[in-house]
Amino acid sequence: MSTDRKLQYSLAINEALRQMMDIDPSVFLIGQGLKSPWYVGNTAQGLLERFGSQRVVDTPVSENAITGAAVGAAIIGMKPIVVHPRMDFLLYAIDPIINEAANWHYMNGGKTSVPVVIWGIINRGGEQAAQHSQSFHAMFAHIPGLKVVMPSTPYDAKGLMIKAVRDPNPVIFIDDRWLYGCEDIVPEEVYEVEIGKGVVRREGKDITVVAVSFMANESMKAVWKLEKEGIDVEFIDPRTVKPIDQELIVRSVMKTGRLLVVDGGWKTCGFAAEVSAMISESVFEYLKAPIKRLTLPDCPAPASAELERVFYKYSGDIVEAVKQVCKK
Amino acid sequence: MEYSAELLKDLYRAMARIRYCEESLIASILNGDVRCPCHLYSGEEAVAVGICASLNETDYIFGNHRSHGHFLAKGGGMKELVAEIYCKETGCSRGRGGSMHLIDPDVGMMGSAPIVAGIISLALGAALAVSIRKDNRVAVCFFGDGAAGEGVLYESLNFAALKKLPIIFVCENNLYATHMPVRECRVENNIYKIAEPFFIESRVVDGNNVLKVYEAGRKAVDKCRLGEGPVFLELLTYRFRGHVGADDNIHGTHTDIRPKEEIEAWFQKDPIRLFENYLSRNKLVNEEALSEIRREVRNEVEDAHIFARSSPAPDRRELTKYVYR
Repeated sequence: MSTDRKLQYSLAINEALRQMMDIDPSVFLIGQGLKSPWYVGNTAQGLLERFGSQRVVDTPVSENAITGAAVGAAIIGMKPIVVHPRMDFLLYAIDPIINEAANWHYMNGGKTSVPVVIWGIINRGGEQAAQHSQSFHAMFAHIPGLKVVMPSTPYDAKGLMIKAVRDPNPVIFIDDRWLYGCEDIVPEEVYEVEIGKGVVRREGKDITVVAVSFMANESMKAVWKLEKEGIDVEFIDPRTVKPIDQELIVRSVMKTGRLLVVDGGWKTCGFAAEVSAMISESVFEYLKAPIKRLTLPDCPAPASAELERVFYKYSGDIVEAVKQVCKK
Repeated sequence: MEYSAELLKDLYRAMARIRYCEESLIASILNGDVRCPCHLYSGEEAVAVGICASLNETDYIFGNHRSHGHFLAKGGGMKELVAEIYCKETGCSRGRGGSMHLIDPDVGMMGSAPIVAGIISLALGAALAVSIRKDNRVAVCFFGDGAAGEGVLYESLNFAALKKLPIIFVCENNLYATHMPVRECRVENNIYKIAEPFFIESRVVDGNNVLKVYEAGRKAVDKCRLGEGPVFLELLTYRFRGHVGADDNIHGTHTDIRPKEEIEAWFQKDPIRLFENYLSRNKLVNEEALSEIRREVRNEVEDAHIFARSSPAPDRRELTKYVYR
């Protein structure tokens, strides 16, 4: 098998879906837009032809019932993947996700679990405004019983989708359309990326930067720019928002003494706040400077491109934030 | 239709088990031994018993906040039920769920939840899974008239009809959504008609007549197994107790807001009394046999309470044990 085959992020997800459906007849894909190429990109390409409409179920616009159906099918032993091509619409399905799926195993004393993957795609930018731009990873991470993964590379997208399907618990799989075009080496065989295990993408000694999903890519760009300016960044991509790889981040901050958390979500009670609190609680005495959060402002996503330019954060903003923390 | 004496006795026993078990909880609720909210099923026994008698053990049901009856009728153990209501480790949900979260996957009782209409889409998914696996099972969701106000019911009806799923929507219309009479919730009280625009076969049935419920259940199950589902059944019934707790028409907390005359009229239609009369009038099962069943059931109820009271509470060290599998 080829070891250096390159694949787009979206096609890495596509391959994970195809391989899992090939291996396990209890895996099926359900949601809106599976037949509609502009909704889910090419993540679903070829699946309907290969597996038929019984296992690739394009649905009417009924997020609540359809997500509940995926949860119900999981309760009786299937392994459904329910896709929400725009995460904003998934809010209609909060009841089956939080009240039912997240609580089910606990409130039934472990009698049945809910091996469902709830897949939400972030579709921000392009003047799409407030209801076509949101990411709710922090909100879901707040809920006991859910796991939340946010892969930033094609390799992780495939490995985490496979692991999410195999996990006996409900997993919220969140990807970002801004990542769909990026390409990387993706092994052809079936492999897993462990949920809850982060990765150090660059070792450094001056400051720890933590970010997931699209902001991980922007952070890596910032890392190379900063290197040229003599700032040695350690960059960590936790890959999983919940459960988060606390040990990896703590160990890094003990070494660097500085922390910047970058997030594509809002600031208040967000992912960055959680990582910040985790470090303050556990290794405060190692900090040489206050922790900094670089997040979206507490503001709905605007339409105007003019406003989008200050709403979203890019590598340049990360460079500036790192310099502030390092006082350089 | 002709029924065997065995079936008739089984139906009677199943209803008696629910009634005696429910009423046995009153004292425990009033003296504080049972603290978790109990929504008692007394008066509605014919619905759970008639429907579940038409199902196989491998068929799936999902219940709601008022599901002690569904759990017992589907084959759940009374000891595990009562222990769960006492929130003990030996309960069917190991004391983590209480009265509103009852489950026994071994007999097809797949769970219950008090979020109104929350389990309708779960049963929809069970039926979808059946259609993918082609294992010819049937899924049933039990919900009340209050759930007819929730949007997910209509989404589920549409999808079930679209995919011809083997699901039976069982609406137990007891005329009240907690305190609110159905006439204040809906323009008209013909809930079964909500299924008609989806071209779903839909019927209204006397929910206090166990044989009529059983017959309607059998027909619905047959249709689902032939791939001609879904089916919608509205069962007209009434709860003898208030919405929650002892909330009592007889013993005295008097928070029930329903008119006395209405309650009295429904007591005359007690599904168990009606069935007893039917059996003796037609000489199908003699009074001696019925009284023997009642004796056995009373013993079972007593044993269940002894079991529950003597069971340990969950261990504090295991607070977070079942958050993830």
